[in-house]
Amino acid sequence: MSSLILPAVLNGLTMGAVYALIALGLTLIYGVLHIINFAHGSLLMLGLYAAYFLFSYLGIDPYLAIIFVVPAFFVLGYLLQRVVIAPMSAGSEQNVLLVTLALSLVIDNLALFFWTSNTRTVDIPYAWDTVEVLGAYLTKGRVIAFFAALLVAGLMWLFMTRTRTGSAIRAVAIEKRGAEIVGIDVNHTYALTFGIGTACVALAACLLLPTFYATPQVGYTFVLVAFTTVVMGGMGSLPGALVAGLALGVIEALGGLFLGESLGQIGIFVAFILTLLFRPAGLLGRKPT
Amino acid sequence: MMRLASYGQVALVVAVLAYLGAVYVMPSQVWMGFTINALAMTIVALSWNVTGGFGGMSSFGHAAMYGTGAYASAVLQVQFGVNAWLAFGAGIMAGALMGGFIGALSFRYGLKGSYFALVTLAFAEVLRICAASFNITGGGRGLQLAIEPGVAALQFNKDRVLTYTLLLAIVALVMALTAWLKYSRFGAYLVAVRENEDAARALGIDTYRVKVTAMAISGAFGGLAGAIYLQLWLFIDSAVVYGVAISVVALIGPIIGGAGTVWGPLVGTLGLHLLGEGAKTALHNAPGLNFVLYAVVLIVALRFLPQGIMGLAARIGAFGRKGGDDA
Repeated sequence: MSSLILPAVLNGLTMGAVYALIALGLTLIYGVLHIINFAHGSLLMLGLYAAYFLFSYLGIDPYLAIIFVVPAFFVLGYLLQRVVIAPMSAGSEQNVLLVTLALSLVIDNLALFFWTSNTRTVDIPYAWDTVEVLGAYLTKGRVIAFFAALLVAGLMWLFMTRTRTGSAIRAVAIEKRGAEIVGIDVNHTYALTFGIGTACVALAACLLLPTFYATPQVGYTFVLVAFTTVVMGGMGSLPGALVAGLALGVIEALGGLFLGESLGQIGIFVAFILTLLFRPAGLLGRKPT
Repeated sequence: MMRLASYGQVALVVAVLAYLGAVYVMPSQVWMGFTINALAMTIVALSWNVTGGFGGMSSFGHAAMYGTGAYASAVLQVQFGVNAWLAFGAGIMAGALMGGFIGALSFRYGLKGSYFALVTLAFAEVLRICAASFNITGGGRGLQLAIEPGVAALQFNKDRVLTYTLLLAIVALVMALTAWLKYSRFGAYLVAVRENEDAARALGIDTYRVKVTAMAISGAFGGLAGAIYLQLWLFIDSAVVYGVAISVVALIGPIIGGAGTVWGPLVGTLGLHLLGEGAKTALHNAPGLNFVLYAVVLIVALRFLPQGIMGLAARIGAFGRKGGDDA
C-alpha cells in the first residue's frame, strides 16, 4: 500500500494544479467584485467545447488553441459582467449568486440541447505518454498542466503587483469609492477582472482537455471543487487558491486510493464543509468580513 | 385566513384555484399528470419558502432534505420491510432531522448569505455521493419499491384522480401550515431575523434557535415532498432525489411567485411548469430547454419583480388597508 501512496500524491498534485488554475479565476473575481460566480464551471465547460471543436473541425492542437480560446473568453467574461450580471443583479449579493446560477443553467442546458450529452474527447496520443517522476508514472498531459498552472499563477502575481492595471484592480478590491475618486473606472475594472477570471478558466480548459473529456454536465463537478478551493484558500487569495488546489488534488487522490473511486470525491466535499464551518476565512485567509 | 392585499392578488388566487379545479374536467389526462408533477414540486418550493422566504436564508441544496425523506422511506420499506405509512412518517422526520442538523451546524458557525447557500449545496452533494456508494441505499442502481397498489402500501398511482386529489389536499395543508407559521409569533421572529438579525437578538430573540427550528420545519416539508416522490414513482435514485435540479426548482418557484408569501410558491411553481410544458410542446421535447426558460424567467424576475408575481399583483387595485402589503 505504501508504495502506492507516493504515486497517488504526485498524481493528485497534477490534478490539483488544474483545480488551482480554475480556482485562480474564481478567487480573483471574488476578491475584487465580492461576488460568487456560480457560472464559473459552465464557462470551463464552454472552454472545453471550444478547444474540442477547434481540434475536431480545424485540427488545432488544444495547446495551440490557447492563443485563440483565452482571448475569446476574456472578451466573453468582460461582456457577461457588463451586459448581464451587473445590470440584472441590481447590486445585491444574493441576487448576484442567483443571476450567475441562472446563467449556469442557461449555458449548461443550451450545451445539452445543441451538443447532446455525448462525451467528447480529443485524440492526442502524446498527451497520454507517461513520464517517470520519483518512481511514479505520470501522464504527460497532466504534467504539462501542472507546470503551466504554476507558471500562470506566477504571471498573475506579477501582473497584479507590477502593472498599473493590476494596481487599479487591487485598488478597486480594497476601496471601491476611493478608487473611483482617484479616477479609476470601477465598472470597467470589474468587467476586466471578470474577463481575466474567465480567461484563466479557458486556459485551464485547454490544458485539461487532452487528458479529460467534455460533456454539458462537466462544469457542475468542477464548480463545487473550485468553490472548495477558493474557500479553503481564503476567498480572494491567489496564493491560497494555489495551495488549496494542490491540497485538494492530493485529498481526492488519497480518498480514491483508500475509499475507492466512487467515494474519492467525497473527501473534497467533506473538506469543503469542514472549512466552511471551522475556518470560513480559509486556511490562509484574513479575518472574515 | 390567508390575507390578500389587493384585487390583483384575489384575481390571481382565483385564477389558480379555477385552473386546479378545471383539471378535473379537462378532456385530456395529460393535464392531470402534468399538474400532479407541478403540485409535487410545489411542496419542495413551500419547504424552501420557510427558510429562504420568511427567514432570508437562501439555500442552494434543498435536495438534501428532499432526498433524505425519499431515501429514509425507501430504505425502511425495501431493506427492513417497514409498513409504507410508518416509512412515510419516518421520511418526514428524517427530512426534519437533516434540516435541523444542517442548520445547527451552519448557524453555530455563523454562516449566512452565500456561505450558507454553498454549504447546503455541499451537503446535498455529499449525501448524493453517499447514497450512490452504499449498498443499503441501493448504490448506483437506486431503490425500487415492490408494486402493490392500494391503501396499505400507500400506492395510488393507478388512480390519477385520487392521486391528484390527495396531492391537492397535502399542498393545501402545507400552505395552511405556512400561513399559520407566518402569522404566528415564531413567524414574526423569523421575519425579524431576516430583516435585521442583530436587532432581533438585541430584542431578546434566540436567533440561533429560531433559525434551526425554521430549518427543521423546512426539512420536514422537504422530507414530505421526497417521500411523496417515492410513493408516486416507486423508484428513486441518487442523481434524481439528491440532484441539483430539485434544489434549483425549489428556489426558482418561490422567488418568481413571491418569496415569503403563502401563495407565491404555488403560483411560481405552477407558472413555471406551465411555461416549461408549453416550451416543450412548442420545441418538440427538446431536453433541458425548460431549464433555460426557468433561468431566463428567474433573471428577469430578480431584476424587475423583487417581490415576485404576488408582489406585482399586490400593486394592482390595492385594498389600501394599513399594513396590507402581504399575502
